[in-house]
Amino acid sequence: MSKMALKVNGAVHTVDVEPSTPLLYILRNDLGLHGPHFGCGLGQCGACAVIIQGVATRSCVTPVSSVKGEITTLEGLAPPGKLHPIQQAWIEEQAPACGFCQNGQIMTAKALLDRNPNPTDAQIREGMNRTLCRCMTYYRIQAAIKRAAKMMAGKEARA
Amino acid sequence: MIPATGRREFLKTSGMLVVGLHIAGTPGGNPIAALFEADGPYPDPDFKQLDSWIVIGEDDTATFYVGKTDCGQGTGTAFRQMMSDELDIAFDKTACVMGRTDITVDQGGSGGSDAIQVDGWPMRRVAAEARRVLLDMASAKFGLPVDQLTVTDGVITAKSDPSKKITYGELIGGKRFNVTLTGRNVDATTGTARVKAVQDLKMVGQSPKRYDIPAKVDGSLEWAVDVNLPGMVHARNVKPPVAGAKLLGVDQSSVRGIPGFIRVVTKGNYVAVVCEREEHAIRAARQLKVSWQKPPAPPFPTSTDLFDYMRGATPTSSTRPVVVGNAESALANAATIVEASYEVPFQGHTAIGPAHATADPSNEQMTIYSNDMKSYGMRNGIAQFLQMPRDRVRVIWLDGPQGYGRTAADDAGFEAAFLANEIGRPVRLQWMRDEETAWDTKGPAYAVKMRGGLDAQGNLVALDYEARAADYNHVGYNEPDTVLIAQLMGMRRATPAGGSAATPSDMYAISNRRMAGHIVSLPLVWETPLRTGNLRDPNGPQSTFAAESFIDELAAAAKADPVRFRLKLLTAGTADDEGFRRQRSIAVVNAVAEAYGWDARPSPRARGAGRILTGRGIAYSFRGQTIVAEIAEVEVNRETGHVWVKRLVCAHDCGLVINPEALRRTVEGALMHGLSRALHEEVAFDGEKVTSVDWNSSPTLTHADTPERIDVVLVNGDPNPRRPDLPHYGAGEAACKPMIAAVANAIFDATGVRLRRVPFRDARVLTAIKAAAG
Ligand code: FES
Ligand code: FES
Repeated sequence: MSKMALKVNGAVHTVDVEPSTPLLYILRNDLGLHGPHFGCGLGQCGACAVIIQGVATRSCVTPVSSVKGEITTLEGLAPPGKLHPIQQAWIEEQAPACGFCQNGQIMTAKALLDRNPNPTDAQIREGMNRTLCRCMTYYRIQAAIKRAAKMMAGKEARA
Repeated sequence: MIPATGRREFLKTSGMLVVGLHIAGTPGGNPIAALFEADGPYPDPDFKQLDSWIVIGEDDTATFYVGKTDCGQGTGTAFRQMMSDELDIAFDKTACVMGRTDITVDQGGSGGSDAIQVDGWPMRRVAAEARRVLLDMASAKFGLPVDQLTVTDGVITAKSDPSKKITYGELIGGKRFNVTLTGRNVDATTGTARVKAVQDLKMVGQSPKRYDIPAKVDGSLEWAVDVNLPGMVHARNVKPPVAGAKLLGVDQSSVRGIPGFIRVVTKGNYVAVVCEREEHAIRAARQLKVSWQKPPAPPFPTSTDLFDYMRGATPTSSTRPVVVGNAESALANAATIVEASYEVPFQGHTAIGPAHATADPSNEQMTIYSNDMKSYGMRNGIAQFLQMPRDRVRVIWLDGPQGYGRTAADDAGFEAAFLANEIGRPVRLQWMRDEETAWDTKGPAYAVKMRGGLDAQGNLVALDYEARAADYNHVGYNEPDTVLIAQLMGMRRATPAGGSAATPSDMYAISNRRMAGHIVSLPLVWETPLRTGNLRDPNGPQSTFAAESFIDELAAAAKADPVRFRLKLLTAGTADDEGFRRQRSIAVVNAVAEAYGWDARPSPRARGAGRILTGRGIAYSFRGQTIVAEIAEVEVNRETGHVWVKRLVCAHDCGLVINPEALRRTVEGALMHGLSRALHEEVAFDGEKVTSVDWNSSPTLTHADTPERIDVVLVNGDPNPRRPDLPHYGAGEAACKPMIAAVANAIFDATGVRLRRVPFRDARVLTAIKAAAG
């Protein structure tokens, strides 16, 4: 075991775990952050995604010792009591079915929109492709991403 | 019944829950766990007491206690709509508690798309009864007859004097109704009040947003998988590497050095490891040295040989054929005879999150936190399995990954409870991805042979359907002698429950018809990863793939337009059932064709010379009284075999619609699930084990597969305008039924190539295109 400092959603936490432990278990079990979910543990589905340095990162295959930089989880996308425009768009569009995969969908969409604020349909399909949903809500997720892109552009224009 | 002494506790608990459902979870804390500290025992809520169903708060809110579960289709929201209408209270003043066996009446949990169709009625009736009782109370209070009172949004007002008013909360907030209901069973529960006429429903038919979604997108929801109790430990299963293998022994020393290692638990062929931390339980499960003895004979054929095996096997049972006229003699006299065989492999639930449950053995009770859609069955099953009195066991249902039937969530609940009992501490158990994909229950594989006869004018005069289903030991829900842990421990029923070999559902009038089914067994009956269980309309997609592909083949042989060919078969009859299913089928087929912009012509279309071929296909079916017709438009890449379903149109009639927007999404989800099964899904196995174990070896629909456009047309019209509106039927499953056939028919229209084996992965399509080209 070794002590490590992790900066998550603006707060610094010290954990005492084995360096090879996947980040996901530490977020969920030690820090009580339940946004990221276990889906496959293999980096194949995206349910565990968090954002590290602007990149949607699959925390189930990320050893905690390899993390460089601040981690943002679903809980940290917006200040407490507020929603990020992407989350708002998800609600407007009523995108989730069971919702279990939606952490991965939202976090992957966030990183995508940060990279490319106005993606084409093809870029959305490409950017989201390895983020799986077994309720198959893809059609609504893609609509929600377009809606979020518009909302975010509107906000910037006003700011 | 809620004992008088427990009443305060009950109200307190429910009051807290109302709040709990709306507050966001705090990182590091666990608001849900804090709510569930009642010590037990947990007697069944009495369905004949109005208090078991509805609690009015002093703050003029109403909480509805519903014995169903919501698997992400908005049923909780729909119950609130129906019940707030009947109670005459504002929708946003209501909350819904679902699926907790200790405080909601056993309505069976989810299954068979019956929540709205069946359970909607008692819920409407108890809400109407509560309104009646409240009006009576106000009548006594004001000394005015009930017909001199009106009620709007939970406020009762004297018609003659609007200053005389009182709210529901003022009348009874925080207090018991103490009203006895009647009914020979839970579904028949009723008071003396009548439900409202359709025209008087205001929230029904609107689309309030699902109340469960905000917490699912901001990370605050506490899911079943998130339960974290003081002293809780983590467990993982170790499954046999070969199906049917016998456990010879485990080498405890192989894992003893793992930090926080607690125990290896074995019983029969069931093996699990328990550790303080989750990552260590995962490591221990991988590292544990286990000796297994392979079974003497292969447990099953390979997935490549499956259908030959099924056709060659002696059926374990056959259903009595459904017969109209004489198909054999009509076939013998037909001008044209068409024959074809169809194959659908085993397909799995493969939930996005593997099965899981947490069990807490504190206070000599057993509390199981589970997303299983049938929490009541789980409670009963686990009580039997652990030989505990029922009232010491409860299941707290919480949200989880998609549940479309008998998933491994059943198994995980029993396993967690067993381990918690062994260890004496709360145990959280989760399956791993390979375990989930290999060992969850499977939808049965089908091999169907079809024969049809056309007369000289191209009329269908004979149709013969003969199915074989690999569905010998179809496990039910939460049965203590068929859950996987019981099987692995060596428990056996004398005779397996038996599945079905289903026949298709259509309203075609065909004068000579025979439909028959046979069930076949694989060599290994118990302890097999190829155990079958209900998967979203358990046999519908398979039987409909064969039946509706074949109708298309017959239309093509008759050089008839596929829509017109079907309409001719639907309009040929005159008889109908009490739900007017035949007339509604005609309306739905017409509606889908119109919404798509269907131009009548035979299939296949004339092929272009380009790389991409396009085409469209229709299929139709029903489930119960819910009718669906679907059109898929495809692009087929003739060089790669890749199929993209570019557009989907579905016409859907499930009677009275409660929430059109939630319904649309449910239908879209079912269409896409059908699409995934059409294009990707197949359980692969060698002669020893399942080899599809992750998302590479068990592919699923992805973002890239998503249609460019999906139109869902809610038909929901009674063809006879003089009758009152139709009741609310179920909608969770029907739309996945015709999807595979619609895609196959579209591929045929585009390419002239008929695919009779699911799934239509690139390689299979390309091979078929090349074979057809010679
Ligand atoms: S759980 Fe991490 S990618 Fe699937
Ligand atoms: S919403 Fe259920 S898995 Fe995506």
